Amino acid sequence: MLELSNVRKRFGDREVLRGIDLKVEDGDVVALIGPSGSGKTTLLRCANFLERADEGTMVFRGETYDLPKTSRRDIRRMRQHTGFVFQSYNLFANRTALGNVTEGLVVARKMRKAEAADRAMEALRRVGLADWASHYPSQLSGGQQQRVAIARAIALEPDIIFFDEPTSALDPELIGEVLGVMRDLAESGMTMLVVTHEMTFAREVSNRVVFMEDGQIVEERRSRKFFKNPHTERARQFLRAIGERE
Amino acid sequence: MDERLWGIVEKALKDIVEKGLPTTMLLTVVSFAIALVIATLVALVQHARLPVLTQLSRFYIWLIRGTPLLVQLLVVYYALPAIGIVIDAVPAAIIAFSINEGAYCSETMRAALESVPVGQTEAGLCVGMSYTKVMLRIVIPQALRTAVPNLFNSLISMVKDTSLVSNITVVDMFMITKRHVGRTYEFLTLYVLLALLYLAISTLMTMLQRLAERFLNRNVGREVKKIA
Ligand SMILES: Nc1ncnc2c1ncn2[C@@H]1O[C@H](COP(=O)(O)OP(=O)(O)OP(=O)(O)O)[C@@H](O)[C@H]1O
Ligand SMILES: [Mg+2]
Repeated sequence: MLELSNVRKRFGDREVLRGIDLKVEDGDVVALIGPSGSGKTTLLRCANFLERADEGTMVFRGETYDLPKTSRRDIRRMRQHTGFVFQSYNLFANRTALGNVTEGLVVARKMRKAEAADRAMEALRRVGLADWASHYPSQLSGGQQQRVAIARAIALEPDIIFFDEPTSALDPELIGEVLGVMRDLAESGMTMLVVTHEMTFAREVSNRVVFMEDGQIVEERRSRKFFKNPHTERARQFLRAIGERE
Repeated sequence: MDERLWGIVEKALKDIVEKGLPTTMLLTVVSFAIALVIATLVALVQHARLPVLTQLSRFYIWLIRGTPLLVQLLVVYYALPAIGIVIDAVPAAIIAFSINEGAYCSETMRAALESVPVGQTEAGLCVGMSYTKVMLRIVIPQALRTAVPNLFNSLISMVKDTSLVSNITVVDMFMITKRHVGRTYEFLTLYVLLALLYLAISTLMTMLQRLAERFLNRNVGREVKKIA
């Protein structure tokens, strides 16, 4: 479904991604974890061209993209089939919840307005916000905004959705509603690559864990096994540090 | 007020409103409209960090903000004929005011564009929209909302700055008042009258600002319900 090979990225003289190889299969829910600054966000951003990798290739839907050289047209084509959910929601402030979801359908997909509105309402219903369709982002709680952002992504029926710490900007009591939506999404078979600090999510919802440190993938295993008995000392230390192991 | 003075005021007022006001308004409205277009383009060029054009924009802003408006007005009026372009005083004034106001307003627009969180642009790109579409539909409408108070500040100063055009023979409200003063020696009364007229125009524009703000704020949801 999506395969990254030898992705490298430097900011100034700091090499943030040092040759990442990562394969995501159809229906996979991959939890990407690791200490702060290890390059998780940068990896997601490189995969969606929000950041230009210096080196590396990506195979997606049978097409090969040379990451540093991909043309703007190919980028847009690739983005037609991916979703991105940001830590800070990034809803369009001048659009209602419904407008946030229809915007991409109407403008990028050239869908007719009525059809887009139907599709968007369906997506809002899936995240439990059908009653909030006409509210602006400023009138929604953080948890609701993030659920609208998820609706915005799923309405485009992407092949894969990237999540960058979708719950870490939320008040604790709002985290559950967003994780619940993501769990439903995972159970519906959506392919997801999720950067997260929520170990419950990584343990219970994801089927694979990718542990990154210092711009490299240190360990990559089935979630259950990873949490029961990480192979690498670094992963053991990390889990201990965040209180997942004694 | 005695009858003679009343007669002078009445005549001057009629003259200023009939002959001067249309010129002042024409200069203001046309120049400001062109300035807004210049400002938006110059700001967008910088916001998108386009090479070369960004440097040109900075140079333009540096040049215009660093020289007096009156000098710019005189240069346009006298320089263009020197290179073979014969131009009337009013179009010359419009060119000078547009270029001048464009430089100031472009800084307002640039700051306003920057005030829209870059995450919204990224989100737009991620749903497959082109950069241009994201700008037109998401970023610029929000930036305008931020820019309106400052843009109206500029507009109101500009109304008053148009009085400089008498220096290049344009007959505006100021020029006509000056003529009446020259004939009647009623300095104080006539200049106070002129001041009141400028004040009336500015007041109208302030009211226009309210309307513009209300229009641009129509779709952000005013009553903020916090559910959290
Ligand atoms: N635009 C940028 N310019 C310069 N350095 C950057 C930029 N973005 C990220 N970095 C640096 O790259 C490194 C990796 O950052 P990244 O955001 O990918 O880490 P992360 O694993 O997502 O961390 P966190 O868990 O804190 O979100 C950090 O040292 C960061 O300071
Ligand atoms: Mg991050």
